[in-house]
Amino acid sequence: MDVLKRIPVREQDAKERATNFKEVCLGYNKEEAMEEASRCINCKNAQCVKGCPVAIQIPQFIEQVKNGNIEEAYRIISESSALPAVCGRVCPQESQCEGKCIRGFKGDPISIGKLERFVADWARENGIKPTPAAQKNGKKVAVIGSGPAGLTCAGDLAKMGYDVTIFEALHEAGGVLVYGIPEFRLPKSGVVAKEIENVKSLGVHIETNVVVGKSVTIDQLMDEEGFHAVFIGSGAGLPKFMGIPGENANGVFSANEYLTRSNLMKAFDPDSRTPIMHGKKVAVVGGGNVAMDAARTALRLGAEVHIVYRRSEEELPARVEEVHHAKEEGIIFDLLTNPIEILSDDKGWVTGMKCIRMELGEPDESGRRRPVEVPGSEFVMELDTVIMSLGTSPNPLISSTTKGLDTNKWKCIIADENNGKTTKEGVYAGGDAVTGAATVILAMGAGKAAAKGIDEYLSAK
Amino acid sequence: MYKIVKKQELTTNIYLMEVEAKRVAKTCEPGQFVIVRMDNEGERIPLTICDYNREKGTITIVFQTVGAGTKMMAQLEEGEYFHDFVGPLGRPSELVEQPLEEVKSKKILFVAGGVGAAPVYPQVKWLHEHGIAVDVIVGSKTKDLLILEKEMESVAGNLYVTTDDGSYGRSGMVTQTIKDLVAEGKKYDLCIAIGPMIMMKFVCLLTKELEIPTVVSLNPIMVDGTGMCGACRVTVGGKVKFACVDGPEFDGHEVNFDEAMRRQQIYKTAEGRAMLALEEGDTHHGGCGNCQ
Repeated sequence: MDVLKRIPVREQDAKERATNFKEVCLGYNKEEAMEEASRCINCKNAQCVKGCPVAIQIPQFIEQVKNGNIEEAYRIISESSALPAVCGRVCPQESQCEGKCIRGFKGDPISIGKLERFVADWARENGIKPTPAAQKNGKKVAVIGSGPAGLTCAGDLAKMGYDVTIFEALHEAGGVLVYGIPEFRLPKSGVVAKEIENVKSLGVHIETNVVVGKSVTIDQLMDEEGFHAVFIGSGAGLPKFMGIPGENANGVFSANEYLTRSNLMKAFDPDSRTPIMHGKKVAVVGGGNVAMDAARTALRLGAEVHIVYRRSEEELPARVEEVHHAKEEGIIFDLLTNPIEILSDDKGWVTGMKCIRMELGEPDESGRRRPVEVPGSEFVMELDTVIMSLGTSPNPLISSTTKGLDTNKWKCIIADENNGKTTKEGVYAGGDAVTGAATVILAMGAGKAAAKGIDEYLSAK
Repeated sequence: MYKIVKKQELTTNIYLMEVEAKRVAKTCEPGQFVIVRMDNEGERIPLTICDYNREKGTITIVFQTVGAGTKMMAQLEEGEYFHDFVGPLGRPSELVEQPLEEVKSKKILFVAGGVGAAPVYPQVKWLHEHGIAVDVIVGSKTKDLLILEKEMESVAGNLYVTTDDGSYGRSGMVTQTIKDLVAEGKKYDLCIAIGPMIMMKFVCLLTKELEIPTVVSLNPIMVDGTGMCGACRVTVGGKVKFACVDGPEFDGHEVNFDEAMRRQQIYKTAEGRAMLALEEGDTHHGGCGNCQ
């Protein structure tokens, strides 16, 4: 074995998986995991832990995997993470734990994500559950939103003995894990539902179909329903559109709508009652992880799919692994291209998209080189479907109905990143509702910090 | 789970259900809507709230069986349950939010078409309870399809019923009745029109001519109902709005109805549209999106 090389992980063949919704990555088996774990040099001053937003004791759990003691490895991970089977699949490890791995200086970093996933999957298959709190402290906390931030915050508080209720606006718990990330990247009934069961087994209640700000307000939760503190983890759910002519034509969708239909409403399944557009030629506008998810979903539903992105490959915000998978499956990348108009027929159905070529100019505030139009380079792509994946922003439903809860100019809730404290007493927030669209693990980190903040607040009361 | 405490077939293919939904009943106002799912595989179906009982904690919905989803829903019986029932969604009717004195000073006309009588009813009832009598026109294709006449009669100042085929009440479309009332010397400061998109379009064309400000309630395709999916986007006054959070009520003279009608047919195949026209027969009202 070459210690500089990681043990490759098995994947579904690209041609085959392009036609199904089964998980792409098949994960390690125990032998592979133990072998990969043996590459870890167990650093004293472990950099990987510093790269992890929830500070999992990575060398310690890997040590247990190396020895074949997977149950103990799971116990160590569970101390820090409520959703290891999810994180092992969707965290951007390359820029976090694995990005800091000493092994990475001269060779491949340890496959920390794949090991985490193996441990979590093994625990699930062997019926191992996290341990609930020994004693309840009688204090009630409301958590708004059952996505990664909410589940993490709720799980941590429940472990400390709090009586936690999660309020979810949709009919199913999981937030973006359920409506946003597709089955082929994160299996719903197999993985997400089980992780949520684990959080419930800690004593957390989940009430679905409650739109906080409409069905009930935060003030009502605190004054009438007896909650001592509230955590807002309502995410960033509002889709952005480009504002170009023709964008309301039939066949233009937000990535949110397209993915929600496929993921939450199961439209990918031919037996589902939910309709979804089966385009023949689809353009997905945007270059983030959500764009890749939408593109790969459209591909699996039978379309020729183009990613249309105004900058170059280097600036694609999506994870390298996602771009790589998308290319392998046959997604076509039209880079340095920007839509300027959606064209439609006399019945209002999309027939094409007028685009303009771009080139990279001087760097902008984000440090990325600013794309500028190449004059006279307009051209038309023939299409029947356009999916806009330009990012999302927080929903103002909560902030606009809660007095004393301040937001910034992007409608993000203002909260202290160390403890989630907002401008309203007893109300904490974290995740995309605070930062704008980011990652699952950053939301979990914020949920964790807020659980600590809430505990400090209520303990002092 | 949300229990159905009352079910009634108002007329062929139009059903009323009273459903236990405590949180919704506690906070809802006229003009708002709910999203229901009959079972764990069901579509999310948006329906305007037709009535509510804060003491009993119930919401009344009225729906017409237009597609597979509503047809299956119609098979639910009293004592059975909706799997999901979420709300109240959307903004309350402006009338409820405005100072009462201001509302009292206006002559208001409600125009309800077909199953649109259901969302009109709670608004008229609310105004009645606040001592405001309004004129109400209820239009229907034919006598047999008329719903909520008695209920409306008990809360409306004046009720004018009209049927397209003249089988009951006045004869002709609701627009004819509006013209007649204005010709008789009635003056209105505000019109609220709720019904099929095609009806609202023609009411708005007329009231624009008559210079009567008009509010309509839109029911586009939507998924979540909280601003997440953007399926319900409509163009109002040249700006894109989400009906679920910015509406469902809008200034009717500013709504791009042609676009809204076109967008309603996104998930209808050519075959499905033909089937709809055939099945709906006389009740066909533009839901296919092809009618202009």
